[in-house]
Amino acid sequence: MAGVAVSTTINGDLVEYLCQPDETLLEVLRDRLGLTGAKEGCGTGDCGACSVIVDNRLVCSCLVLGAEAEGRQIETIEGMAHGDQLHPLQQKFLEHAALQCGVCTPGFLIAAKDLLAKNPSPTEEEIRFGLAGNLCRCTGYDKIVRAVQDAANVMKGA
Amino acid sequence: MNFDPRFSGRNFTSVGTRPIRPDGVDKVTGRARYGADFNMAGQLVGRILRSPHAHAVIRKIDTSKAEKLAGVKAVITAADLPDLTDGDTAMYDILDNSMARKKALYDGHAVAAVAAIDARTARQALKLIEVEYEVLPHVTDVDEAMKHSAPLINDAIFTEGLEEKPVKPSNVCKRTQYGHGDVHQGFAEADMIVERSFKTEQTHQGYIEPHACVASVNADGTADLWVCTQGHFVYRQHCAQLLGLEVSKLRVTSSEIGGGFGGKTHVWAEPVALALSRKAGRPVKLVMTREEVFRASGPTSATSIDVKIGAKKDGTITAAEATLRYTCGPYAGMWAEIGAMTAFACYRLENVKTVGYEVLVNRPKTAAYRAPSAPMAAFAVESAVDELAKEIGMDPVEFRIKNAAQEGTRASYGPVYGPIGIGPTLEAVKNHPHMKAPLKANQGRGMACGFWFNFGGQTCTDLNIGMDGSVSLAVGTVDVGGSRASLSLVAAEELGIAYEHVKAVVADTSSLGYNDMTDGSRGTFSSSMATISAARNAIKVLRERAAQMWDIPVDDVAWEKGHAVAKGATHGNLAPLSLKEIAAQSGKTGGPIAGHSELVADGAGVSFATHICDIEVDPETGATRVIRYTVVQDAGKAVHPTYVEGQYQGGAAQGIGWALNEEYIYGKDGRLQNPGFLDYRIPVCSDLPMIDTQILEIPNPNHPYGVRGVGETSIVPPLAAIANAVSNAVGVRMTHIPMSPPRILAALEAEREG
Repeated sequence: MAGVAVSTTINGDLVEYLCQPDETLLEVLRDRLGLTGAKEGCGTGDCGACSVIVDNRLVCSCLVLGAEAEGRQIETIEGMAHGDQLHPLQQKFLEHAALQCGVCTPGFLIAAKDLLAKNPSPTEEEIRFGLAGNLCRCTGYDKIVRAVQDAANVMKGA
Repeated sequence: MNFDPRFSGRNFTSVGTRPIRPDGVDKVTGRARYGADFNMAGQLVGRILRSPHAHAVIRKIDTSKAEKLAGVKAVITAADLPDLTDGDTAMYDILDNSMARKKALYDGHAVAAVAAIDARTARQALKLIEVEYEVLPHVTDVDEAMKHSAPLINDAIFTEGLEEKPVKPSNVCKRTQYGHGDVHQGFAEADMIVERSFKTEQTHQGYIEPHACVASVNADGTADLWVCTQGHFVYRQHCAQLLGLEVSKLRVTSSEIGGGFGGKTHVWAEPVALALSRKAGRPVKLVMTREEVFRASGPTSATSIDVKIGAKKDGTITAAEATLRYTCGPYAGMWAEIGAMTAFACYRLENVKTVGYEVLVNRPKTAAYRAPSAPMAAFAVESAVDELAKEIGMDPVEFRIKNAAQEGTRASYGPVYGPIGIGPTLEAVKNHPHMKAPLKANQGRGMACGFWFNFGGQTCTDLNIGMDGSVSLAVGTVDVGGSRASLSLVAAEELGIAYEHVKAVVADTSSLGYNDMTDGSRGTFSSSMATISAARNAIKVLRERAAQMWDIPVDDVAWEKGHAVAKGATHGNLAPLSLKEIAAQSGKTGGPIAGHSELVADGAGVSFATHICDIEVDPETGATRVIRYTVVQDAGKAVHPTYVEGQYQGGAAQGIGWALNEEYIYGKDGRLQNPGFLDYRIPVCSDLPMIDTQILEIPNPNHPYGVRGVGETSIVPPLAAIANAVSNAVGVRMTHIPMSPPRILAALEAEREG
């Protein structure tokens, strides 16, 4: 099967790759580009562990084809911190212990970043519904919600 | 070296604080490597072919077409995993579960596997494998499986534990019994008796990370396995035995683990990955899909439980009895036995009897799920306790306080309790503001207690002091939720240095002695005990080195707040030497400074919790909503309180999902109907409220800091607490978990029809 040549931007860097027409963006990120921060928890768009932002839109990368990334702007967890400087959401997740096993954390951080970009002052309910597409089995979500609330306050003050 | 594990009171400096975990930055930046995030040069992709039948004889497997497909490097069946178990039936079951040998015993049972150059080729190859099945009648329901007319799953199994050896094989593989006193006499003394039957459905641990490994077997008989596991030493043992490898030649590295909750305590596809690698002569990466995780890893038991409890008018329980039937999947287990042991563990009972039946069914092999077997038993018992309190006219908290086990109580499963937390958690609940929060229409409040044994086990830890005075702590218990932070705190506490100077890692199986897996809430309990022991051994060396540097007897050197201090009038002019100063001179005073510890961490203190919850029920639809939830649990000593809270909240959330929504749904064909997160719906963020926690600290006398395990007990009370809340909200006793909307509507309808 002939590969599809794709030219796209990931975390600000121009990236080119060949992928099969049926290959998902998640497979491309993980298996071709070595960006393993996005996780496959289900492969069916139900768990959000593979969340990335494509052209300012939050998506499950397991539901996007690698070929569809042509000409897009993609943000993944690997691009969230600026060098040594963690994003406020990353810092607050650490301070609040909003992770236990941590496998859902990249997806939650990307989803929370997208949420705060669109709604800088979410209520608890808006956070809970905004993050309802991401599954966490360890925390019961309490500390995740608090971390996002705290990060929102920090980001508004900044 | 002699190590005294007994509790001694102290003022803590590091333990009890809440620093950021050492593996945290890796986990928020995506750098942490989980099971599927590791790759090796030349690695192939492994895939498993699974039975579509719940019960079938495997007549023939033809792999020839698959083998001829370009890019396929190995195809294996059970023939490539010869039986080396030598009469060890538990290991034989694990082998048979990895790859079916004669019969497929459940929908999803592995029958063959391939390794190919990429995933697409591997998937194509699976389609080319031809399996000839003779489909047999199957049974998936626990009560159906116990009937004499039920299809027999294993004709070599005769019920153990009966007075007379049975003449016919059975799906009931074992009967067990616990208790003391005379329940007949006890019930005769009772003024009120409640007798009820309950059912719970099978649930899955639901870890977000599917099972994943990379296996590499070399021509010289050495092998490597990179895998997400709760116990890499146990995986090494299992895999070495099943593959015929020498234990020390198989190195197992535990990746970061994306949740386990008991489901990653024994091997599933790892022996298959190793067998594929051995046959192909190349590394093989094998990652389960979510559907495979549901169909073919190890969910918990489905159960059917009868409970009978009698009490006097004054609220004294006179007798308690339960019969518990638990599914094991198609292989023998001890799940009902654990249920029988835990069922009445919260209470002080003169007459108690529990009987457990282990039942084989055509479902995946049951695995541990967080305090395995206890939540279902607690659901049945705590529901009946609530009902009995109501009949007597006592407040449910007061009724439980009156009958709660105490120090010196003989537990229903045998031992006599030391200092325990059931009474204090009940008192805390009684006084908790949650109990006074107003309820609206269609809302109900419920509470329930829970117990878990906790476990200690074999533990080995190395503590190495660098020449700059920083400390490397190598532990062998997999970190499932922050234990590297808690163990670093313990090392810092014992040595008297700052937390920031300790770095804890989970060592691979070639770098450290054997450790039992992280189960039984043992991670922080047992490894902190070994860490304290290792640190004390290191301090002994540090004192010797300081004595050498000062040229004084070692008996004159004490260790205080991270410093060697010279004692006695003759050494008054010697300034204390810091750990850093001693470490800097180690090359000249005898070489590297380290402390090691190998021990069996006996004396895991038992754990109790009491939960309160408020549930709103929509009487039109049967839909439920959790309004408030509070967890009160004894931690012994909370080493890192934030992660202790996290354990409390996480267990409660899993229990909420189990109580209200989660269940394995099998069709009449014996196939699992909902093997995905869309149809097997675990709680999402918008389903839950904040989960309030209260940590009690009743020191465990068998741990130097008083620590008890905290990981599992939190899942024990929720099923019952929520069932009591729903029952109070709708005025009908709920007896079938999960209380999904159709079940609640059916219960309301049955009540209306009388």
